[in-house]
Amino acid sequence: GKFTLLQDSGTDGSFLVHHFLSFYLRAGCKVCFVALLQSFSHYNVVAQKLGVSLTAAKDRGQLVFLEGLKSCLDLLFGEEEEQPGQPSPLQFLRESTSDLKALFDFVQTSLTPTSSDSWKVPVLLVDDLGILLSLGASPVAVLDFIHYCRVTVCSQLKGNIVVLVHSNEDSEDEENKLVVNSLCHHSDLILWVEGLATGFCKDVHGQIKIIRRVSLELTGEQDHVQLYQYKIQDKNVTFFAPGLSAAVL
Amino acid sequence: TFVSTEEDKYNLYSNLLFKYFLAEGVVSGHDLFVASAKAHPDNILKELPAPLLGDTHKTEMEETTAVKSEDSQDSMKIAWRYQNLPKMEASPTTSTKFGHYYDVSKTMSPEQLQSIKCHSFYLPEELSSQPKIKTWPMNRAYARLLQSIQSVICQEGFDGSDRQKKQKNILRIGIQSLGSLLWGDDLCSSDTPKDIHSLTKFLYVLRGLLRKSLSACIITVPAHLIQNKAIMERVTNLSDMVVGLESFIGSERETNPLYKDYHGLVHVHQIPRLNSLMCDVSDTKDLAFRLKRKLFTIERLHLPPDLSDTVSRASKQDLADSAKLLSSGCGAMAVGKKHLDF
Repeated sequence: GKFTLLQDSGTDGSFLVHHFLSFYLRAGCKVCFVALLQSFSHYNVVAQKLGVSLTAAKDRGQLVFLEGLKSCLDLLFGEEEEQPGQPSPLQFLRESTSDLKALFDFVQTSLTPTSSDSWKVPVLLVDDLGILLSLGASPVAVLDFIHYCRVTVCSQLKGNIVVLVHSNEDSEDEENKLVVNSLCHHSDLILWVEGLATGFCKDVHGQIKIIRRVSLELTGEQDHVQLYQYKIQDKNVTFFAPGLSAAVL
Repeated sequence: TFVSTEEDKYNLYSNLLFKYFLAEGVVSGHDLFVASAKAHPDNILKELPAPLLGDTHKTEMEETTAVKSEDSQDSMKIAWRYQNLPKMEASPTTSTKFGHYYDVSKTMSPEQLQSIKCHSFYLPEELSSQPKIKTWPMNRAYARLLQSIQSVICQEGFDGSDRQKKQKNILRIGIQSLGSLLWGDDLCSSDTPKDIHSLTKFLYVLRGLLRKSLSACIITVPAHLIQNKAIMERVTNLSDMVVGLESFIGSERETNPLYKDYHGLVHVHQIPRLNSLMCDVSDTKDLAFRLKRKLFTIERLHLPPDLSDTVSRASKQDLADSAKLLSSGCGAMAVGKKHLDF
């Protein structure tokens, strides 16, 4: 399985998350989506514009959706005696233990195929990983979590993982930088979304660097880097070679 | 939706923006929830600007109310369908059809305030009452505030729990000076705060509460006092919309001829991207504000024409630097590299 890192600097790369979500669902994969930043309805509305219904995917068991915001509310405002056998995936918020084991267990349970499942490779999607740091998890705990997920999802289950992180050049968030750098080193594919060096432009919203980490395969090859620019529209995103925006031609 | 405002140095203008948000709520018939650790919410409410109903603005007001009722119909529909929040964007620069005008030299009448329900949270009073909460993983003041907001949302049915209620309304929440010492948070006073994640955890839970109810919230944060910039980056990530107010008081910009008509700059760091792939970016990136006797306006920053013959080299450099800073853009769309030489 492949580990894809979505990285944005100075702009919002969430459109890639929406893309991968609808892409994998359409491909018939079983998806576990750890959605920490936005509500379910937000993703659902956008997914419908892209031609996929998240509600339907959830109903037929193809999509396991962890709505972080809702989970957090349930954890803090909920009653004490919930389900003693099933701790909340965001248990680390409450406990003094700083590891994300409960979250990992959730992912593992969601993606381990049951006998009735007929889906293709499992996929773990995370939006966005930095939130865990904001909620008090240590960088080491976050990296451990990702590591365990890789072992289970990529190696054992031969599935894919796609994770979104933010990284700004002049960021002073050392913890975040640590996590991002570490993930960069271990990713098979990096999609790096950035703003244009020349600033805001109405027709070109940014550029995306696609880095295929061929160097990880130890064949002596360098990483392949491709550069495109993009423009986000209501129902899709168009990509084009730098300087060849439709507005310019 | 969730708007963060970075306070200007002396908290003059961000306070004004805060009151505008609340005043708009009163005029639109929304319920209010005001939380503060310093000034008593009742006092804040007494100082809301009065809506402008003078002759000069009468026709605009009529237009406004006519369009507004359509707007609110739409927003009700959207709220019903998705059980989500309507977008709250206060951008007077784009069009005059949204929102109302206010006269800052007058205060709103008590009668108008009484037409809506105001909930208040005054920290010194809340902390003295018996807390019956289980331990929460954050600062006690923040925990109390969240519980208070949650109970108002539940009791007043803003989370859609009361099916009987036909008339859906919106709760406007305003929280002042989050992160400051007044809330028991030492983010502003210490390099190594006791619980560095308290504020971000609070914001995450607040975001969750806002998403599951018909509410909109504005918070003001004394960003200039917070030593740890990493925290401010995380606050920005957790907010839907972030606006920074930079006042010229006491800064070298006060005497800069570029800014002579204005009292400060408005930096839009982030705009909401909800329920859509795109976000609504206006063409203007450079906004400034000024406070006249009656009106607080936010306008496009105009560079004054360079007419003087005797402009010295020093001031020309200032202008050039300011001009570079102008095109830094905001976070949702692309931010270019700074100091690009042409």
